[in-house]
Amino acid sequence: MTEDRKRIAIAVLGLGGQGGGVLADWIVELGAHNGFVSQGTSVPGVAQRTGSTVYYIEMIPDGPAQPVLALTPVPGDVDIVIASELMEAGRAILRGFVSADRTVLIGSTHRVYAISEKSAMGDGRASGERILAAANERSRAFIGFDMDALSAKTGSVISSVMFGALAGSGALPFPREAFEAAIRAGGKAIQTNLAGFAAGYDAAQGRLAEAVEAVPAIRPTSAAGRAFFARIEEQLPASAHEFAIEGVRRLMDYQDARYAELYLDRLAGIRSVDDGADDWRMTREAARHLALWMSYEDTIRVADLKVRASRFARVRDEVKAAPDQLLHITEYMHPRLEEICETLPAGLGRRILESEGLSRRLHPLFKKGRHVKTTSLRWFLMLSLLAGFRRWRRGTLRYEIEQARIEDWLGLAREVAGRDPALATELILCQRLIKGYGDTFARGLSSYSRIIDRYRALGGHADASTIGKLREAALADEDGVALTGALEELQLAS
Amino acid sequence: MAERSFKAEVEQLRIGANEVFHGEGILAVTKALLQSGVAYVGGYQGSPISHLMDVFADANDLMRELDVHFESSASEASAAAMLAASVNYPLRGAVAWKSVVGTNVASDALSNVASGGVTGGALIILGEDYGEGSSIMQERTHAFAMKSQMWLLDPRPNLTAIVDMVEKGFELSEASNTPVMLELRVRACHVTGSFVARDNQRPKLTVSEAAEAPTRDTERIVLPPANFLHEVEKIEKRWPAGIRYIQENRLNEHFGTQNDDIGIIVQGGLFNSLNRALELLDLSDAYGNARLPIYVLNVTYPLIPDEVRDFCSGKRAVLVVEEGQPEFIEHELNTLVRRADLQTRIIGKEVLPRAGEYSGQVIRDGVAKFLRAWAPDRAPAETPAAPPALTPAMVPQRPAGFCTGCPERPIFSAMKLVQKELGEFHVSADIGCHLFSILPPFNIGNTTMGYGLGTAGASAFKPRGKRAIAMMGDGGFWHNGLTSGIGNAVFNQDDNLTIIVDNGYSAATGGQDILSSKAENANRQTNNPIEKAVRGIGIGWAKTLTRTYDVAGMRDAIREALTSPEKGPKVLVAQSECQLNRQRRVKPLMAKAIKSGQRVVRERFGVDPDTCTGDHSCIRLSGCPSLTIKPNPDPLRQDPIAHVENSCVGCGVCGEVSHAAVLCPSFYKAEIVANPTRWDRTRDRVRNWVIGAVQRRSARAIAARTF
Repeated sequence: MTEDRKRIAIAVLGLGGQGGGVLADWIVELGAHNGFVSQGTSVPGVAQRTGSTVYYIEMIPDGPAQPVLALTPVPGDVDIVIASELMEAGRAILRGFVSADRTVLIGSTHRVYAISEKSAMGDGRASGERILAAANERSRAFIGFDMDALSAKTGSVISSVMFGALAGSGALPFPREAFEAAIRAGGKAIQTNLAGFAAGYDAAQGRLAEAVEAVPAIRPTSAAGRAFFARIEEQLPASAHEFAIEGVRRLMDYQDARYAELYLDRLAGIRSVDDGADDWRMTREAARHLALWMSYEDTIRVADLKVRASRFARVRDEVKAAPDQLLHITEYMHPRLEEICETLPAGLGRRILESEGLSRRLHPLFKKGRHVKTTSLRWFLMLSLLAGFRRWRRGTLRYEIEQARIEDWLGLAREVAGRDPALATELILCQRLIKGYGDTFARGLSSYSRIIDRYRALGGHADASTIGKLREAALADEDGVALTGALEELQLAS
Repeated sequence: MAERSFKAEVEQLRIGANEVFHGEGILAVTKALLQSGVAYVGGYQGSPISHLMDVFADANDLMRELDVHFESSASEASAAAMLAASVNYPLRGAVAWKSVVGTNVASDALSNVASGGVTGGALIILGEDYGEGSSIMQERTHAFAMKSQMWLLDPRPNLTAIVDMVEKGFELSEASNTPVMLELRVRACHVTGSFVARDNQRPKLTVSEAAEAPTRDTERIVLPPANFLHEVEKIEKRWPAGIRYIQENRLNEHFGTQNDDIGIIVQGGLFNSLNRALELLDLSDAYGNARLPIYVLNVTYPLIPDEVRDFCSGKRAVLVVEEGQPEFIEHELNTLVRRADLQTRIIGKEVLPRAGEYSGQVIRDGVAKFLRAWAPDRAPAETPAAPPALTPAMVPQRPAGFCTGCPERPIFSAMKLVQKELGEFHVSADIGCHLFSILPPFNIGNTTMGYGLGTAGASAFKPRGKRAIAMMGDGGFWHNGLTSGIGNAVFNQDDNLTIIVDNGYSAATGGQDILSSKAENANRQTNNPIEKAVRGIGIGWAKTLTRTYDVAGMRDAIREALTSPEKGPKVLVAQSECQLNRQRRVKPLMAKAIKSGQRVVRERFGVDPDTCTGDHSCIRLSGCPSLTIKPNPDPLRQDPIAHVENSCVGCGVCGEVSHAAVLCPSFYKAEIVANPTRWDRTRDRVRNWVIGAVQRRSARAIAARTF
């Protein structure tokens, strides 16, 4: 085809409901008012309900003859691709709309996670780096930045930032004023749209002040903290410091310094059997998972976190409540009899749980979820009281149960480490399965127990990769189907 | 009220001769109908023709001024039956729907009207929902045109051509006493463009005038012996008349050069894509000046034997670009070429894919193959494709799903919870947004047999212990489900559960009003409760839940219906307003109220990042777009945490789900009170005083054990 073509082909890839139609309308309008015959098409339908969708625009200088404009983008023939999200940019590349000799790719680098990514039991996120690499490599020019953040900052919608980026990219032969006129002609939310447009324009021209937030390393501020810090530096390998420091900080906050001390003592036990492989991976992972396990989420902890002033401020910020607006917070809590009993002194709690009659009579009281209005005096004081039970936590049934589990886990890891350090590390990593509350917690704990029990039943005849595979299987589905399958396979093999 | 307001578009319907109309293809059709002196219009909404229905619904005043009758038909069958008005009277009538599904529903009436034939022009406007973005089975409307003998128009996708074809379509229908179908593909319906308008025409005869002076002709009624006469009449009279009109008025077009030993025959609707493909192969330019002959079928049924013969003679091979299968046109071309005793080879599906949409790329590849075989000197060089930069696995799929705050989501969350207790159920799904339940995260639903057919789809299941569940939307219910599903279940003594999703609109098609809509509509009779209808037809066990967001309530009601000892069909009406429509209704009102200083409470939900452990059970039970994930701020944890975005509308399902499923205490509801009253403020001050004091004290305790 002749290379001196005047036609411009533009594909807009977005998600239904994101405003891609508005952007497409602006672009069509822009062309039509600047001496071009301009045509847009789309495939709405069900894709409008949150699915991926493509808008396609073509324009050609107006002349005596009627042009024949196409309705679908053809790979290798698209001049500009605008993607409203990183994976949609990826989809444009995947579909061949982006070519190195022709296409200016303008894409927002933020993520709107797909349902498959969101619903994974662990971390199901797709890799953004691969998309960014392909975007740079496969396009004539790639203009990418977080347009969602800019639209939030300017109080506009993402389509106006994308339109600004299109103007700023210089990919279309129209001056900035022509773009702004298209927004004005649209007639809706003109001021905020122009603000978003300006931000997008500047960012595309490389005038984006990208503030990189460096997370400051935690440093001790108290005498106890300094002592712990010195101990960590002295006793633990450098690669484990970050997790150990966070562990100590958290457990002091969770319980007290004595509890943090217990954490470091336990960690030292692991450190002493670590062969140092893989930059002390065993100790590093133990520092992480031991801290998580020791800060198990009991009712005391939840109450404690819910009533803090810092939390009230965070909610206010997150829900964007203006200073002159009042804020009420209601929690959705569902403490079951088990959790209540576990917060009681061990003897009492156990007696209730073991007595069938008592359990039966008390059960109905905790069958229903509670709407706990934390900002009301009654509930606030109740939760504060519960948070204060921290002082007696060591006497609770839950404490007794969890410490026994932790000791069992650490004991197993220490015992295995002498023979097979990699296997010990894998067993330590299994703590990852135990998380959440209620049914979720029960499921995680059961997966963990099934793996550990099987390991013991095999008399220690399992290697590191087997345990790793079982752990992955446990995270594959909610009903434990994959784990059961993997365990059965193991049974057959042994 | 539909999802969009079409006030501006309605204004454009009024423009007169020589003014320029700007807009979408399907809106150009609305104007073309008025320019053609249409007397009545009906139809059933559905992508991609919903806008046609919506514009006419909003254009009530104009229609009254022009004496044009417009109806939002109960179904495509109702719409098609409306064409009966054109049988005895010279009334021009048009009906519209989504095809092929709507044509399926309409085909009883269509067969009848096509058999008896029409006096006034009858135009059937079809949004051919085929290819990318389609939500239905991939079939061709072409087969219906052939089997009932209705002419099929497939105009080039630009507004002038489409408008022209609407007007010619009426004339063709009248000249040949045959209903005419106008097929528009999805992108053609939504393509923007412009055309020079003509004045609107008042119908020469209005429907009320026709009703006042009835005439009849028993020969037009499908009953022996007339039905046998109709078949003969179709062949001997209407067919030749149709051919003659098409030929004389040059409805089909020629592009490109005249003399060549190869050529291309293309469906009108694909012409632009073909030209682009040729442009990319250096065989055409942006203005359609092709360097080989092209015969454009703006009428794809019937084919015109003389025109085909003239085009094919002298050519060694002709490529036919025909989307979809079976390749009816290719078959017919082969027959015509044979009958004309030409040696021209007809090449179609051997170089083009048998299935799927013909995008520019597909056609380019097909044409290239054709050239390599029949004109190698004009064929492009074969270039090896560059290795792909990404593989499909790297880019997650993004299936359509329920909107933020959708009232249908909690119904399926509740069903998931019931399934956890009672095991899996057979679920017969229906057509509508609720069909998204078959996708993650719900994975509920076994089959879907058509609009309103959820209950009928479960009717073979006569349970011993375990009942089957049928889904039905309010749209499908009024479309036919009341009789085909509920009536059928009553009569056949079913024992299954039907859950009717009553969200107040025909939501999936764009939020049009239906019989049970809560909205007051000046031109339609709304507020007819579904429960009353099912009780009227003989349902004993019926229950209406007025807040689907009450997940525990939904769960208990579903459990009760599935386990109740009472025999007989059970109906649960799950009622909450479509959130998309609700937001559009409520948002401006709320903004106005806040601005005018009124006390307004806004609700939204959130997740506490320090109690969320990143299991995502909540997402698996909800799937709300605004309930998403974000990197875990906890340096020790690896899995992302749940997070509620600011797009949250405060429906509360995530909280209710975590309650009902005993998930976790991380969800909170925030009520933000704008313009608080004095009493609000006083109470707040007192609370804050106490809460602040306690918080300061505990902050000191926390500080005492700081790192």
